Amino acid sequence: MSFITRGFSGRDRERDERLPPGQTLVHDFPVLSAGPTPEVDTAEWEFTIRTESGVHRWNWDEFTSLAIDDVDTDIHCVTHWSKLGTSWRGVSLDTLFEHVETEQEYVMAHSYGGYTTNVPLDELLDGKAWVAFEFDGEPLEAEHGGPARLLVPHLYFWKSAKWVRGLVMMDQDEPGFWEQNGYHLHGDPWTEERYW
Amino acid sequence: MSEATAQTTAPAAASAAAVLAVPRSGWHVATVASTRRETPNAARIELEVDGWPGNAAGQHLDVRLTAPDGYTATRSYSIASSGTGTHVTLAVDKLPDGEVSPYLVDEVRAGDMLEVHGPLGAFFVWAPDAAAAGDPAADATRDTRPVQLIAGGSGVVPLFAMAAAHDAAEDPTPFRLLYSVRSPDDVYFADALRRLAAASASLQLDLVYTRRAPEGWPSPPARITRDVLEAAVIPAAERPRVFVCGSTGFVERVADWLVELGHDARSIRTERYGGT
Repeated sequence: MSFITRGFSGRDRERDERLPPGQTLVHDFPVLSAGPTPEVDTAEWEFTIRTESGVHRWNWDEFTSLAIDDVDTDIHCVTHWSKLGTSWRGVSLDTLFEHVETEQEYVMAHSYGGYTTNVPLDELLDGKAWVAFEFDGEPLEAEHGGPARLLVPHLYFWKSAKWVRGLVMMDQDEPGFWEQNGYHLHGDPWTEERYW
Repeated sequence: MSEATAQTTAPAAASAAAVLAVPRSGWHVATVASTRRETPNAARIELEVDGWPGNAAGQHLDVRLTAPDGYTATRSYSIASSGTGTHVTLAVDKLPDGEVSPYLVDEVRAGDMLEVHGPLGAFFVWAPDAAAAGDPAADATRDTRPVQLIAGGSGVVPLFAMAAAHDAAEDPTPFRLLYSVRSPDDVYFADALRRLAAASASLQLDLVYTRRAPEGWPSPPARITRDVLEAAVIPAAERPRVFVCGSTGFVERVADWLVELGHDARSIRTERYGGT
């Protein structure tokens, strides 16, 4: 239904093919969150995966002793900004799930501060997602989700839960925080799955 | 709106009702009814939106512009109005390197058509007290806590919508707005805010000028401090619900101070204007 807007010619014209539809390239790193930034000390931090049979648990030292990946990727926020070629370090979800047995196909990510977001397990495995603790060669800043955040670059960035503390396996998909507040259950930037 | 974060331990309980109350969003054709200068750097744009389902105070929408060759640009803007009806008010600040905001502030005129998608967001919203509107069923769940609004610059837009909705509904909830702004010329909705602040008990307004204060103002212009914040917001002991909107730096600073001052992080909702 798109029509031409009188007097608008566009200015940036940075139509990089790595930009999904409706996205604009940014060079800074916007911060968007729904409340104050939680301060989480790595001495207190732990990460858990809860399945139908029990809880797997890592403290900070155990977590950072796992195999660590360098990840160079583009990220896309539902509020129309994209950032290309960002560099992260973190632990692959493949590594975390190596010894986790589960029949359940859906995941709710939980954060310090109470945030939640849902993702199908398929979308987290096979090299598609990490728990990241470094950005651009530095420890991840609290305002960007430090000490550690989920990184699921192929979905809109609200899925990449900041201050992540654990994953809870689920039998069926259920909406997390932003999903209950109007965002799409899945969130693919390339098909603009922004809102329900 | 947006990236991955939130501060609430009970999002399901808090938002289930809001989801039901908020109409499904969609694309609409908007006709510009009028536009006027709001501040030296911003415009107020009145839209008539075909099929708009109404919106809650604090929600936003996406504006999409299309160039003759099919190039499109989309940006999110807070809505300054609320309620039923198809009339929507925006107030847009011109970003120096912006692509859409300079068009909306300098170029758009009455009769132009835009595409808008919305209403969006069901978290950073305020609705009048149903009990006060005569719904006895709402008494049990009535949230009688006072409401503190804290705005930095153009971040006042969704908070103004809340203050205006509060006044229009004659809602009894105490409302207070702390508004940090560069100079008297930069105050959005200045007349309306003065009117709300003058109306009996509708809104307590506290202005902080960061660059230039009006003549005779009791304090020199300066950025907000923790002490100023503490003195100008509803005390933590009264358990206010707090809505903070502004630039990332402003919101980070204010939200951190509020937590230090004893406010419950779960009662603080934020909206940050990013770099786009």
